[in-house]
Amino acid sequence: MAEIVIKNVRKEFGDFVAVKESSFTIEDGEFFMLLGPSGCGKTTTLRMIAGLELPTSGEIYLDGEEISQRPPSERDIAFVFQMFALYPHMNVRRNLSYPLVSQGMPRRQVKAKVEEVAAILGITDILNRPVGGLSGGDRQRVALGRAIVRDPKAFMMDEPLGALDAEFREHMAEELRALHDRMGATTVYVTHDQLEAMQMGDKIVVMNNAVVEQFGTPQEIYDKPASMFVADFIGSPSMNFLRFEGVVAEAAQSVNLAGQAIGVPRLRQGASGHLVFGVRPEHVTLSDTGGYRGEVLASEYLGTTQIITLDTPNGDLKARIDSTQTAKVGEKVGLSFQAPKVTLFDEATGKALRSELNHEVLAHG
Amino acid sequence: MSSFSVTEPSKRSKWFAGTLVILYALITMIPLAWIMLTGFKSPADAISYPPKVIFEPTLEGYVNLFTQRTRQTEDFLANNPPENWRDEIVRQYDMVIVGPSKFGERFLNSVIIGFGSTFLSIFLGTLAAYAFSRFKIPLADDLLFFILSTRMMPPIAVAIPIFLMYRQLGLSDTHLGMILLYTAVNISLAVWLLKGFIDEIPREYEEAALIDGYTRFQAFYKVVLPQAATGIASTAIFCLIFAWNEYAFAVLLTSGTAQTAPPFIPTIIGVGGLDWPAVAAGATIFLLPVMIFTILLRKNLLRGITFGAVRK
Repeated sequence: MAEIVIKNVRKEFGDFVAVKESSFTIEDGEFFMLLGPSGCGKTTTLRMIAGLELPTSGEIYLDGEEISQRPPSERDIAFVFQMFALYPHMNVRRNLSYPLVSQGMPRRQVKAKVEEVAAILGITDILNRPVGGLSGGDRQRVALGRAIVRDPKAFMMDEPLGALDAEFREHMAEELRALHDRMGATTVYVTHDQLEAMQMGDKIVVMNNAVVEQFGTPQEIYDKPASMFVADFIGSPSMNFLRFEGVVAEAAQSVNLAGQAIGVPRLRQGASGHLVFGVRPEHVTLSDTGGYRGEVLASEYLGTTQIITLDTPNGDLKARIDSTQTAKVGEKVGLSFQAPKVTLFDEATGKALRSELNHEVLAHG
Repeated sequence: MSSFSVTEPSKRSKWFAGTLVILYALITMIPLAWIMLTGFKSPADAISYPPKVIFEPTLEGYVNLFTQRTRQTEDFLANNPPENWRDEIVRQYDMVIVGPSKFGERFLNSVIIGFGSTFLSIFLGTLAAYAFSRFKIPLADDLLFFILSTRMMPPIAVAIPIFLMYRQLGLSDTHLGMILLYTAVNISLAVWLLKGFIDEIPREYEEAALIDGYTRFQAFYKVVLPQAATGIASTAIFCLIFAWNEYAFAVLLTSGTAQTAPPFIPTIIGVGGLDWPAVAAGATIFLLPVMIFTILLRKNLLRGITFGAVRK
């Protein structure tokens, strides 16, 4: 088991830059998520850790050893592919044995090890079946089995649940997380599904356009987004952006939205020009006392909560409120925001302004 | 009451399609059947008019194909009674067998050259196709076009340069020379076909093998090759059929040691005066290896030809 350090890693394919100088640390035993939209460089990063791509520059340390230019066979890292990539001409048992055979392990030991892993994953009864006829879930388990069978230093998983249907995904996600907790192996997991990342990860790296946008725990990333991209990408519905023009001073505790002073966490940085007031839907409440008003455009009923879409002087806004509350379409209502949860962004750079809320998070990432 | 289905053809169209296929099979197989039958006819039956469909089978054609015979005086024939059934057959014409003909040798040459060049084409073709499919090769498209361009004119158009070149290099009438020549013609087909097949194999299989601790080459022959087997089999059949049937270069470049069966078979005509049964016997035997090879690989061939069209 191992710590993985990524240091200024860059990858170019000809003129195309897939990953710009990126750095982060994956601690021993962590379930680490690489999250981002497709084409953001997350899979390339994962493949560089595994050795399937060599970085153009930068270093990758596995357990303190620099491995960035080594072939995958010398890294002792297992990889679970999105399409599973089980060897189609072999049965389940041979698929599981294959990584052990390459190490020259004696046959009896291989057999014992394969059976042990099969028992962990509950696939003992299909060991002698060809992989062609297996269900998605069983293929997934065999792919996992092939990864864990040789006790590698770390696991790389490239959207391993992407090929499964929605119902089964949830189940497999739980199974995966349980397996990780049981083995405690460092795992790097690529996904474009923010829910999956929040649900399973100990830490998340959010990537966009070949750069690391933010790196932290799911809570940090959700509550204290470092950029508008992260705020928008994480959460469903995503964070509301109320755009306004103005000046905010360092140490300010409110901003002026449509003539109303709206509370924000004490700022540690001043800014001016096009600014964005970011607030999550669950931090918006409908109250008749609020001076800031909006007109209800639509409501979506979600069981315990409902999502209300409102038209405000600063653009559309979604609020997640209790479904017992009533909000009629066309009605004008007052709005209030939970001040300590608000993030301000500079629209030009897309970055969050430092405040009491997020200064610790922004300092390291 | 008739039901309509998009995927299941109606009875009538099935019947129609079946009849068409059988008709086509009959038309294409009649010449083959005729050749095979002629091999068992006597020379008189072979040229009788109207043609005989029912006749008394004889192995004369095959005996003539495999032997050299001379005409003998009546004295000699009276003093030397026939020793076996082959002698009996040739005695009808006052002849005796003096030794084996060259057919066996020529047939063996065909086997060596045909299978040798097929093996070499497939071996080189697979490696080249893998490289083109998986690695970034500078000017890969141009190289592939260049390889294909060797097939853009009839090979025989370069017969004279090759003839002169082979004479200089001492490759005329050698097995090696013919193997190299047929490989040169076949390799473009092999590279292009095999590249298509290898492109269809997801890279993840090899990457999984690399991760599992194998080298690139081990991943190639343990994981890619078994996946490419159908493609390799169908490519091999095409290569073998070309090399096996090739006539023009064989006539031009071989005369003795390395002569293959196709240029040899027609020479039989001249030996005993229009010996059609012997020619037909030679053609029948000549057909067998490709037929057997194709039947052995026929499952792969069918899958290979439709490969990629229905997968995924």
